[in-house]
Amino acid sequence: MKEQHKHTKAKKYGMVIDLDKCTGCGACMAACMAENNVPFKKDESNKLDSITWMRVYKLTNGKKFPEADICYLPRPCMHCEGDHGHAPCVSVCPATATDYSHETGIVSQIYTRCFGCRYCMAACPYHARYFNWWDPVWPDGMEKYLSPNVSPRMRGVVEKCSFCFHRHQLAMNKAYTESRRELKEDEYQTSCTQACPAGAIIFGDLNNPDHAVTKIAKPDHKHGGRPINPNAFRLLERLGTNPKVYYLSSRRWVRRAGDNYIRDERGQGNH
Amino acid sequence: MDSALIPEGVKRCSFGKFVFWLVVFGAVLLWGIVAMLLCWFKGLNQTNMNDAYGFALWIWADLAIIAIGGGAFFTGLLRYIFGKEELKNIINFAVLLGFICYASALLILAIDIGQPLRGWFIFWHANVHSMLTEVAFCLSCYFAVLTIEYIPLILENRQIDKVPFFHNLSHNMHGIMAIFAATGAFLSFFHQGSLGGVAGVLFGRPFAFREGVFIWPWTFFLFTWSAAASGPCFTILVSWIIEKIARKKLIKQNVIMLLAKIAGWMLATYTIAKIIDTWYWATVTAPAAGHNFMDFYSNNPLYGIWILVLEIVICGVIPSIILITKTGRRYSFLLISAVFLGMLGACVNRWVMVLQVMAVPVLTFESWFMYFPSWQEIATTILPVAGGIMLIMISYRYLPIFPQEREIEEEKHASIFV
Repeated sequence: MKEQHKHTKAKKYGMVIDLDKCTGCGACMAACMAENNVPFKKDESNKLDSITWMRVYKLTNGKKFPEADICYLPRPCMHCEGDHGHAPCVSVCPATATDYSHETGIVSQIYTRCFGCRYCMAACPYHARYFNWWDPVWPDGMEKYLSPNVSPRMRGVVEKCSFCFHRHQLAMNKAYTESRRELKEDEYQTSCTQACPAGAIIFGDLNNPDHAVTKIAKPDHKHGGRPINPNAFRLLERLGTNPKVYYLSSRRWVRRAGDNYIRDERGQGNH
Repeated sequence: MDSALIPEGVKRCSFGKFVFWLVVFGAVLLWGIVAMLLCWFKGLNQTNMNDAYGFALWIWADLAIIAIGGGAFFTGLLRYIFGKEELKNIINFAVLLGFICYASALLILAIDIGQPLRGWFIFWHANVHSMLTEVAFCLSCYFAVLTIEYIPLILENRQIDKVPFFHNLSHNMHGIMAIFAATGAFLSFFHQGSLGGVAGVLFGRPFAFREGVFIWPWTFFLFTWSAAASGPCFTILVSWIIEKIARKKLIKQNVIMLLAKIAGWMLATYTIAKIIDTWYWATVTAPAAGHNFMDFYSNNPLYGIWILVLEIVICGVIPSIILITKTGRRYSFLLISAVFLGMLGACVNRWVMVLQVMAVPVLTFESWFMYFPSWQEIATTILPVAGGIMLIMISYRYLPIFPQEREIEEEKHASIFV
């Protein structure tokens, strides 16, 4: 099987989120929590100690009516590749508890190896990593509804969005039983993608020119995956994290909110 | 009551007074232990850390005590490798302080991790690319070296020394101490540097990130440099405090002057390097990430430009000038103020490189993250301080950590007699 893997082209799974379509309904967040057995507390109002693999931010342009505008920005893990092949979080983990797969482009988290130093959290500029400050406690009976495909995490370890990697494993298992080594685009989709009622989230292989994500974002692999589509951008592009989540917006202020610019500097958002 | 254990020819306070203060600091220690057990059994929800502040008070305390505990490796390097003979009169005390600081750092790390029982994973599943792995290996090895350096001191206790085996062991260990001092200096260079690297490699955090040489960011070298400067400052400061409490001179002034002078030059050169580093970061590195220099020092209730002025000017330039000038070192008030500021500078630097890094917003739609530690975090941070004070008390009472004490007392008596 390993030999066969070598002959399959490396995937680079990624996401395109159309911010002009996102209504901020939060369906992606709810679907993610249910799919991945994400624990929750009675009071989830403090977002600094609540676990939200997918978190929807509300952005405003800071202007008054009638020019006031808002935008909802769903933020999963960016599954950074890093400009030099090092994701910010992967290279710092002292116990190799987080890993970058060159077969899928997915940054994984090995919960049973993580000892909770939280260095990866300090390294992630997107705040996409979450620490289990408490033991996961499910309301009576709810444990029966947990997904058997995803292991719940214990207190004291870090967790994050996995691009629903268990779905990839299941899809690959099915493909193998059918003597296939490649997945079709619709065979592996994340739960947030499927839950989004506006169809704002698109998921696929950024290395595959036939996949919608590649067609829309048009990543320039010669230049660290930077999008050629003028309406596409990535969060904090200039830090060199080389994320695999692309955002789309026709609004300049939204694109500009994706990165920092020094005073009077023209940037990607000027398209 | 315990006079048979006290080194010959020196005076100590009454046993009752000694026990009283042990009990006082023991109570503080106990408070810390309660907090530590709460963290271990109930988890890190006992702290005020959160997902924005994965690194907080404990990591600062770790970095700060390792920096100011750097007096042990640097004094050892000067004494055994560079042959500064005068420093043999302060090396025992420097080793004791180093031992306390490193034991404290390891204890705090053991509390800080979410799964303490998996602490050994850092060695078993080591990721060689991680600065923290290098820290863990070098720190553990250097603590072993410090223990080896501290053992002969224990063996020099009046009663233990009477046992021929221990006497010979102590003698032979002293004989090979240069090897351990060299090993300690080598290990310290790497773990002090790696601790700098912990922040410097964070290319996702523009406030912390620095360019560098090969795999090492500039903070790697700056941290080692500042530890070599602030470590001796801390050694001088604590020895001065002990002299004030004991109400007598324990180390001859020429020893203090030499160490202060070396610390001064280390601090002066470090401060110059730090200014260059800050300048380059403010004008090249940070703007390349889209940040104006003042973005890091405005729009929040705590971190203003004052903290940079405190670190570089008040705790860098001023103590450097005092310590490198003969006049500055001669006046006790100036000398002690300078070593205090030198030590404080390293602590402020570590604070900035840990907590301000976490506080600065990187995503444009987030704002500053502020944090105040819980009582459990404070108690567990004070715990090793109380433990350290107790160990100094016990060591000072029963071990010859100040080899010149007897000579100074005899000289004093002789002068009174004359």
